[in-house]
This record gives sequence, structure tokens and C-alpha cells, in this order.
Amino acid sequence: MSGREDHLKELLVRGLSGEAAAYAAFLKDLSAFLRAFLRGRLARVPDEVEDLVQETLLAVHNQRHTYDPAQPLTAWVHAIARYKMIDFLRRRAGREAMNDPLGDEDDLLATSDEEAREAKRDMAILLAKLPDRHRLPIQHVKIEGLSVAETAKLTGMSESAVKVGIHRGLKALSALIRG
Amino acid sequence: METDKLIEMLARQAGPVERGAVGRRYGAALAAGAAGALLLMLAFLGIRPDLAQVARDPMFWVKLALPLALLAAALAAAMRLARPGARVGYAAEAALLPVAGIWALAAAALYSAAPGERMALVLGSTWSVCPFNIAMLSVPAFAAAFWAMRGLAPTRPAVAGAFSGLLAGSVGAAAYCLHCPEMAPPFLGTWYLLGMAIPAVAGALAGPRLLRW
Repeated sequence: MSGREDHLKELLVRGLSGEAAAYAAFLKDLSAFLRAFLRGRLARVPDEVEDLVQETLLAVHNQRHTYDPAQPLTAWVHAIARYKMIDFLRRRAGREAMNDPLGDEDDLLATSDEEAREAKRDMAILLAKLPDRHRLPIQHVKIEGLSVAETAKLTGMSESAVKVGIHRGLKALSALIRG
Repeated sequence: METDKLIEMLARQAGPVERGAVGRRYGAALAAGAAGALLLMLAFLGIRPDLAQVARDPMFWVKLALPLALLAAALAAAMRLARPGARVGYAAEAALLPVAGIWALAAAALYSAAPGERMALVLGSTWSVCPFNIAMLSVPAFAAAFWAMRGLAPTRPAVAGAFSGLLAGSVGAAAYCLHCPEMAPPFLGTWYLLGMAIPAVAGALAGPRLLRW
């Protein structure tokens, strides 16, 4: 464990002084540890693990100026990963609270493929009524499954604008559905 | 996007990072906050006219030491809270030392005063404006401390907000010392602490909202 810590730390310190290759190697090694760490803690939502790995990598990158080489790297990375994971779980809990809870498994199987396609089509009509700043985040994040960071890059919006767009857009959508 | 592509992209745009970002941010924030507090004090309150004489009274320096000691503790705590995973250690508890000190002095002053004079020692002549003036003077430092913290990565936003607020409050109180005519420890131990607590509580409430990243 301390061998890994020393190795990663050396790569990061070299990366911080401007060595792009060492920095890339740091992020690459780190992503593997993050994946294992998050997979162990998010066993119920395996599909979201990679999103969160990327979000955490991005946070590590954006906050790399807060790393003090006198500080253990593991503690720093762990605190960031934990913060991002709690943030993710909170967002998820909020999202689930807005939707109807799923019934039992039989209900789930009773829904056919055909209906799903129709639902998507209706959703497309409803979505088209939203302004771009709400529609694009929902389309990319919720329908195509991109991460918030990717959507931000793709649309040129800021990450918080994407998050706000999703939140407000979903509210507007549910208002539209209720009529 | 694949994770490997993201890594490639991040590494390409990374470049070297200057060291000591936390210290530099707080240096700038403190300078801006102190300058703002002094300007507000000069504009709305004014320096007490007998400052030159009162500067020879040790009590004046004790009074100034109260906010400065709290400032040191709050600054140390905030700078640690700004780094993910850093131990806050005793920086937070250190803020209790000046409080304990001024309360000890206040208790001694109250004990040795005649019972009829005790209330006057606590209330002074400006108790009703003191906390609000301190809170008012701390506004620029409050903005500066939150600016500094927002550029860093606090993982405990409420605590980080509280210490940012306390930092601002102590800057405001230090500036207020140059105006305020009160010298009695019971007054300082009540109204000065209350004045600094206002931005600290505001910071604790605002932290979760303003310090997300």
C-alpha cells in the first residue's frame, strides 16, 4: 500500500511540475484505484461507476493545486472521491424522489419494449418544448448517458449550468406531463 | 467519452501548477478583507480621537489581541479545511483559547467590581451597536474569505464556511478596535464575541450552498 502511495505521489509531484507524461500515468493509475474503490461502494448502480470515476478524475484534476506534497496522497484522493461519491448519491436520491417508486419485479417485466419506444417518442415531443439550456443537458445526460462533464464540453455550458438545466428541465417536464 | 480519452485530454491541457496556491489565495483575501474593513471603519465610524493615548494602555493591546488571536486560529483552520483530507488538528480548538482568556479577564473584572457597577462593565455605552458594527466591518473579509475558499476544495462545507465567517469576523473586530471606545473585558467578552459570531454563523449556513465544487 505504501509502495503504491509513494509511486502515485511521485507521479503526481512530477506531473504538477509540468511533466505531462507523468501526469497522464498518475491519472491512469489513479483511475484504476478509483474504479475499484467506487465499484465496491456503488454495487447497486454498476452503470454509474464509470461516470463517477470520470467525475472524480476531473475533480482531482481541477483541484490539483490544493494538494500539498507534505500531505499523504491517499488521504487527499480519498477525501475527493468520498466527497464526489456523497454528492452523487445525494443527487441520485433527489432524482429518485422526483420519480414514482418502482413497484415489484413483476411490474417491471410487464412493461413491453413497444411501450418504451412510444414513451420515448412522447418524451421527444415534450423535450422539444423545452428551451435549449434545459433540453440539451437532459438529452445528453439522461437519454444518451453522457456524464455532466462531457455534456458541459459538448454544449459549451458550464457544469453547474448543465446540472441546473437537468434539474429545472425535469421539473418543467413533469409539469408538462401533469398538464 | 472513454475514461482513457478523458485522461489524455486532461494531461495534455495540464501544464505546471504553481506551489502554495492556498497560502497565496489567503494572503490576497486577508489583504483585501482588512483593507475593506479599514475603509468602511474610516468612512462610517472614524478612528477614536484618543487612539494615541490609549495605545499606551496595555488593555488596548489585550483588546486587539482578542480578534487577532481568533484570526490566527480561524486562518489556520480555514487553510486546512481548504485541502481535501488534510487534518484540521488543533487549529479549531485553538480558537477557544482567546475566548477562555477574555472570559477569565472578564470574570476577574466583574469579581473585583462593586455589585452595582457590574452591569455597566458588561454593557458599556455602546453595547447596542457593537455587534452590528463588527458584523458590518466584516462584510468585505467575508466575501474575500469565501472567494478564497471557493477556489479551493473544502469537503466539509459547513465547517469551512463557519471558519471563513470567523476569519471575516475577526478582521472586522480588529478594525473596529481602532474606533471602539470600550475597554472593559466583560464588554469585549460579550459583544465582541457576539459580533464575530454573526459572520461565523452566517458562514456556517452559507457554506453548504456557496462552497460546492
